[in-house]
Amino acid sequence: MADGKEKSVDRASVEMIDKAERENISTVFSRADELKPCPIGVEESCCKVCSMGPCRLPRSKKGEQKQRAGVCGATIDTVVARNFARKIAAGSASHSDHAREVARTFLMAARGQTPDFSIKDETKLFQVALDFGINIEKRDVKEIAIELGEKALNEFGKQEGELIFAGKAPLRRQELWKKHGVMPRGIDREIVEVMHRTHMGVDQDYRHILEQATRAALADGWGGSMISTDLQDIMFGTPVPVLGSINLGVLKEDHVNIVVHGHEPLLPEMLVIASRDPALKELAEKTGAKGINLAGMCCSANEVLMRHGIPCAGNFLQQELALITGAVELMTVDVQCQMQGLANVAECFHTKLISTSDRAKIEGAEHIEFHPEKGLDIAKRILRMAIENYPNRKNPVHIPSEKQDMIAGFSHETITYLLGGLFRASYRPLNDNIANGRVRGVAGVVGCNNVRTQHDAAHLAMIKELIKNDVLVLSTGCSAMACGKAGLLTPEAAQLYAGSGLAEVCEAIGIPPVLHMGACVDNSRILIAATAMVKEGGLGEDLSDLPVAGAAPEWMSEKALAIGQYFVASGVFTVFGTTWPTLGSENVTRHLFEEYEDMYKGMWAFEADPIKAAHLMIAHIDKKRKALGIDKARDRVLYDMAMRRAME
Amino acid sequence: MSKIIASAAIRGARKIFTDAQQTYKAALEKYGPDQEIGFPNTAYYLPIIYSMTGIAVSRMKDMEKVLDLCGRLIPPPVREITPLPYLAPALDSGMATFFAEEMIEAVRYLEEPDRYAADSEDLGDSKLWLGAANDVIFRKRGVEFVDGTAPGFAAIVGAAPDAATAAKIALELQEKNLYVFMCGENSGVRFSDQLREAGVQIGWPTRLVPFGPDIYQAVFAIGFACRVAMAFGGVRPGDFRRNLIYNKDRTYAFVLALGDVTDEWYANAAGAINWGFPTIADTPIPEVLPTGICTYEHVVSNIPHDQIVQKAVEIRGLKVQVAKVPIPVSYGPAFEGERVRGEDIYLEMGGGRTVAVELTISKNMEEVEDGRIDVIGPDVSDIAAGSRLHFAMVAHVAGRNFQEDFEPILERQNHHLINQAQGVMHIGQRDIAWIRVSRQAVDKGFTLKDIGRIIHAKYHQDFGAIFDKVEVKIYTDEAKVREVLDTARASYARRDARIEGMTDESVETFYSCILCQSFAPNHVCVISPERTGLCGAYNWLDCRAAYEISPEGPNQPIQKGIVIDERYGQFRGCNEYIRKASRQKVENVSLYSLMVDPMTTCGCCECIAAILPMCNAIMTVDRDFTNMTPCGMKFTSLAGSVGGGAQVPGFLGHSKYNITQKKFLSGDGGLLRIAWMPKRLKDEIYERLKKRGEELGYPDLPDMIADETVAKTEDEVLEYITQKGHPCLTMEDLLS
Repeated sequence: MADGKEKSVDRASVEMIDKAERENISTVFSRADELKPCPIGVEESCCKVCSMGPCRLPRSKKGEQKQRAGVCGATIDTVVARNFARKIAAGSASHSDHAREVARTFLMAARGQTPDFSIKDETKLFQVALDFGINIEKRDVKEIAIELGEKALNEFGKQEGELIFAGKAPLRRQELWKKHGVMPRGIDREIVEVMHRTHMGVDQDYRHILEQATRAALADGWGGSMISTDLQDIMFGTPVPVLGSINLGVLKEDHVNIVVHGHEPLLPEMLVIASRDPALKELAEKTGAKGINLAGMCCSANEVLMRHGIPCAGNFLQQELALITGAVELMTVDVQCQMQGLANVAECFHTKLISTSDRAKIEGAEHIEFHPEKGLDIAKRILRMAIENYPNRKNPVHIPSEKQDMIAGFSHETITYLLGGLFRASYRPLNDNIANGRVRGVAGVVGCNNVRTQHDAAHLAMIKELIKNDVLVLSTGCSAMACGKAGLLTPEAAQLYAGSGLAEVCEAIGIPPVLHMGACVDNSRILIAATAMVKEGGLGEDLSDLPVAGAAPEWMSEKALAIGQYFVASGVFTVFGTTWPTLGSENVTRHLFEEYEDMYKGMWAFEADPIKAAHLMIAHIDKKRKALGIDKARDRVLYDMAMRRAME
Repeated sequence: MSKIIASAAIRGARKIFTDAQQTYKAALEKYGPDQEIGFPNTAYYLPIIYSMTGIAVSRMKDMEKVLDLCGRLIPPPVREITPLPYLAPALDSGMATFFAEEMIEAVRYLEEPDRYAADSEDLGDSKLWLGAANDVIFRKRGVEFVDGTAPGFAAIVGAAPDAATAAKIALELQEKNLYVFMCGENSGVRFSDQLREAGVQIGWPTRLVPFGPDIYQAVFAIGFACRVAMAFGGVRPGDFRRNLIYNKDRTYAFVLALGDVTDEWYANAAGAINWGFPTIADTPIPEVLPTGICTYEHVVSNIPHDQIVQKAVEIRGLKVQVAKVPIPVSYGPAFEGERVRGEDIYLEMGGGRTVAVELTISKNMEEVEDGRIDVIGPDVSDIAAGSRLHFAMVAHVAGRNFQEDFEPILERQNHHLINQAQGVMHIGQRDIAWIRVSRQAVDKGFTLKDIGRIIHAKYHQDFGAIFDKVEVKIYTDEAKVREVLDTARASYARRDARIEGMTDESVETFYSCILCQSFAPNHVCVISPERTGLCGAYNWLDCRAAYEISPEGPNQPIQKGIVIDERYGQFRGCNEYIRKASRQKVENVSLYSLMVDPMTTCGCCECIAAILPMCNAIMTVDRDFTNMTPCGMKFTSLAGSVGGGAQVPGFLGHSKYNITQKKFLSGDGGLLRIAWMPKRLKDEIYERLKKRGEELGYPDLPDMIADETVAKTEDEVLEYITQKGHPCLTMEDLLS
């Protein structure tokens, strides 16, 4: 029996879990009670790559000397490394395939083949074009965009050279990647190579296998994800701070509610435009509704929140709960993190579940495939379906009242602006306040929800502990949404939860102590922000010199592992919670947790207790502060004329 | 930025912007779109707008696009609950505020042309406000920022609780060598009125500058800073980021907010933060302590008046070296410009009515008793107010490192050393010195012995490295004074002969001067015996002494090395030095040419020479001449194109003295190329000009050189010099 209060710290979710329980509707929460995790699988000590197995290689019992091996002789180290690498490949593939779709749409838009998509942010277009080495002098925007689209798309399948965006990393970091042979090449190539090297009887040295996993992860963070973020910004606008609201309470009883769920922002962007169509509004009113209410779920929510302030219904574990309100006329899904259980829940209500991606269908869901060239038409068609479904509500609607305001939209570009205004934009104030200790460091806390740990609890405990200790938190994905629901994404939260130094800085700039930087694909924004901190100067010469750390306390998806791996390989100490998929092999775990510190100056850690995990991060931040010589208060320097002359 | 400050700043910006819109609308209707508009006698248009956006507002209609920009910069009001980030929008609003205020002030110049003292450093009898500094004042004063005489300015907004407190704050700022720019009012009271009430002299000369009566005139202070960056830092108009960071790093300015801080004040304070200028308030407003845009804190509040100056200087990150001189009056460069006049004069010496002579001369170590000061003859206590005395001051200097060549260098300092005492005025030098001591100074206990104390203290402070002992004898007894006069004149003649005989060929070492790199990071002066510094303040001997005094300082020896080009004066050693010292911005430098690799200028040059191609000649103009010159540019525009360390063939900054030195433009034909200069400059250097003309075989040269009374355009110059048979007409083609 799923007791809501044990399952989630979010009151709206508790209310809906209990409602589902009462109405005997199966959800992820009840299924988790019924199904325990596989004890072999949880340690990744099962090899299924050939049909001579599967070979189960559980950890040796105490005192047992024998080294277990698969029938082919593969050691547990090889097996665990292979499984880990394949997860990373899958995670990288997910972001990168998302990115490919964005790049394709971008190129179509640049060529004028999609009337509904266009270039919204020319400044960013020029910036990214320059990153790609494209000449922008005296050239037409369209021409530049086409060249950028072609070059970006070429990154996926290219066979020679290195990824262009890897060149955006600090030089020291690039040197390190070259030294360890992990400089990413073509995005697809790295993923293919992981699959090849983990095939039966290929790469059988765990360190070597993980090198390729690293390269695939870097091809995600400094490749697919970054391309996706940048091109989305150019097409839909670079996010700027926006007021939004979050939680199931954003659903409106007297409106036609459409929940847009998934990850790609293409259809959601069109739905936003379509939902403002007066004809559709009129149609909705004819059915007795007061209007159309578009709400987001998961990272689709983050995308439209960041750019349009569209309300968020909730994060990953709330997808079924939104439907349990009985107030959702229609939910669209595209790719990633949409549970098959949705179809069953939707069936219990009048809700229409619409799959929209040519890559993802769900049994029981209606499929309306999205094509960018007919984007707005399709969006309107979906909205019309939702409106027409409004009169079909059967059960009494039950929407929790919880709804929280929040500020989102912190892209790297907007942070630069926020720190100094149009005329003095830079990271200098952040670096300065890190150096003077008001801000102890910066943490990226990201990632999923995981039903094996209380919903949102670990995110909130960790983040509150970090900000209490003056660590500024950058957040994306479901973690950011957890913060939103708990009120941590408001400037007022700084006074309530942050240490005095961080609170003072937040008050000065007018920002929350936790900055919502977007969807999980937008973790690349954090990399770029950290790179900007290095380039601003005063905090070392590489990402690994910065007093920063990363975490995903409630991770569950393979994407999270890919993200973690590219953060670690970029020099960031990264702590995961809930569970850890290499515990089957001491060697692999030691390699990731210890040897990586020497290799990449960043390493993994696992700590299920979010408070302890926060203190691991803080200790790491303090270690970096000490190395930078900013661990002690420094005297104020007063300048005379000779000192001014000496300035460059 | 605290939410309260940001909210208020954005509200204030909105109000001022609305005022600007209305002002513009009314002015547009009244004067039409093509009406000329701007601040008087400046090449920088409305300088904040010009420097930040590159928009040169010269006609009414030009303001339209600036207003559009302001509208875009000012955001909606800050929400009470869950506000969007407000620091950046508040800073942008502050910028928009300055744009709006500059436009309002521009219209005001049109509407009330007599509101501000025009083209004057002083208020005169009828004016209360000085308004925007014209380019002559700006350059003269800006130079002090560059050479470090003034490290920055305090922009005082509002008023102190009473006149005595105001006077005390002003005095403290003056003692720290800072300029004080005043505007705004607090409950109808203004800081400048309070100073007047306390009997303090105000105006540019005393560095107490009343810009105007309300907050809008804050733009004259900020505009000054913007011009410093453009004129001396070589920052191009529109390069807002460099201009702002230049000012943050180099202009040590801050705002003192005295009294109730209104929304409009907040808007201006937010604007000033863009330049790195923090606000220090005497009221308990919210503070903004985290650093980043300013060097240290951004807003600090509730500071008691007796600590406010010290606190402000610390917050701005400024190190001020204050001269400690044991005299009963205040002392520092800020008191140099103060005048002693009429009823205020207690004692006058020299100035043509009595003899006044100064001599600094070396002696053997055992002959000098350091710190001994004798006054021989009557002192102030022996005479009635309004008296005159003869005056002779002999400073005997001794030391192991002292050289005879340093005597005139120390002696030449007497003028500004004595003049920096509050209530004492000093003019001239040698046997044409002229000293006035005010009643106020005498009331505070000042005596002639204090002049000796100044000399003793300051010689040690500034030149301690080159001597060990100094003893001062002051004579007021006429017979004794006349005796000194004879000795002194013999010394002057000896020195002059020695200097005259020095040539570039006679030395192996030239000196650099990078004093101005605090403001013009790429500019390097090379100073040789026959090419004095372009600012007129440093000759070769000065630099040599300066190097002895401070071996790590801004004057470094340059081994001139192999002569690369004799005609243009290119030396391998100079080129190597200049490449390094200009941070690779300048490759080669000619000491004797304005056509080939001319020396750069920081913008402090006394004169700028420019070619007159039709005349096959060169003209030169000094910075006091504000009218158009025959080359088609005013001094200020010329300075705009060559200032900031840029090498521009065809233009050259130089000193007045340099005109009659033998190597002046010798690569381009020398002094005989000069076909035009302002009348007043010609008169000033007439004697030397005539003498040099004679040496060159043209005793009538001064008359052959045209001036504005006979020629205003190049055509007129050509006509004049043709008529006079000026030698440049038959010289080698200048452009070949």
